[in-house]
Amino acid sequence: MVQKHRPQIFRFLLASTRDVDLAETLTQECFLKAHRNWASFRGESSAMTWLMRIAINLQKDHWRNRRMQFWRTTRTNGVDVDEASEWLSSGESSVEQKLLARERVSQVWTAVKSLSERQRTVFLMRYVEEQDLNEIATATGLSEGTVKAHLSRAVARVRLELGGKR
Amino acid sequence: MEISDKELETALQDFKNSIHAWSDAAYHRPRTLAAEVRHRSWRVALGWALGCFLVAGTVSGGIFERNHRLELARTAAAQRSADLQRQLHDQQAAKQTDEGLLADVDTDVSREVPSALEPLAQMMNDDETK
Repeated sequence: MVQKHRPQIFRFLLASTRDVDLAETLTQECFLKAHRNWASFRGESSAMTWLMRIAINLQKDHWRNRRMQFWRTTRTNGVDVDEASEWLSSGESSVEQKLLARERVSQVWTAVKSLSERQRTVFLMRYVEEQDLNEIATATGLSEGTVKAHLSRAVARVRLELGGKR
Repeated sequence: MEISDKELETALQDFKNSIHAWSDAAYHRPRTLAAEVRHRSWRVALGWALGCFLVAGTVSGGIFERNHRLELARTAAAQRSADLQRQLHDQQAAKQTDEGLLADVDTDVSREVPSALEPLAQMMNDDETK
């Protein structure tokens, strides 16, 4: 299970936090928690959905603790939007295509950054992890209607960002 | 300005591909976490050791200073007491010396110096016999 799902959980946490070290730590915690609570997994959803739910909760706990414990060290390895946009798939052939793709990715990152935590989670699960609405609803503990609403607002925000910068 | 669904789809696809590329690279990067943790733990241990050393130094310095002050105060009190004792002793000695001297002088004077009326009394005795 770890071999199969670890990259996906890591990717989701990386996209959520933009921090490689933090994503690794949370991924390890996620599988540790899953291992400890394996007996409570009833198989009503897929293992991936269950793991995603644990990852979402860990991420929430992390940000909550960080807000509460503001006097602790606030050093973060999170990269900014421009640095995150440097990564491109090898599909773009010409330099112009690469530049355009980088610009688009940067704009989407800017929009994602401005989303609420819930909207961002839903958006990343839908458009990066390509999960369907039912899986997202199960993992987040929201109804499908609420997921749709969050997704709609997130996409509208992305559309606005892409349209405004043209 | 409104963008078309096609453009949105392309942007979302680029975004997804970008995150996948970043995640793959980060996931397969060489792990240096152990060394970092070891260095960090050394730094933490060194920090704690220095902190403990400083605290121990401060506390022992405070204790030493307090004991030193107490010792000085004790010495000063003993010195004052000794001075008082010596002064008292000197006074008593001086008093005894003065009193003895006066007594000696009194005795000597009373023996050597005749009574002031003795010649007169002698004369009166002589007259009576006559």
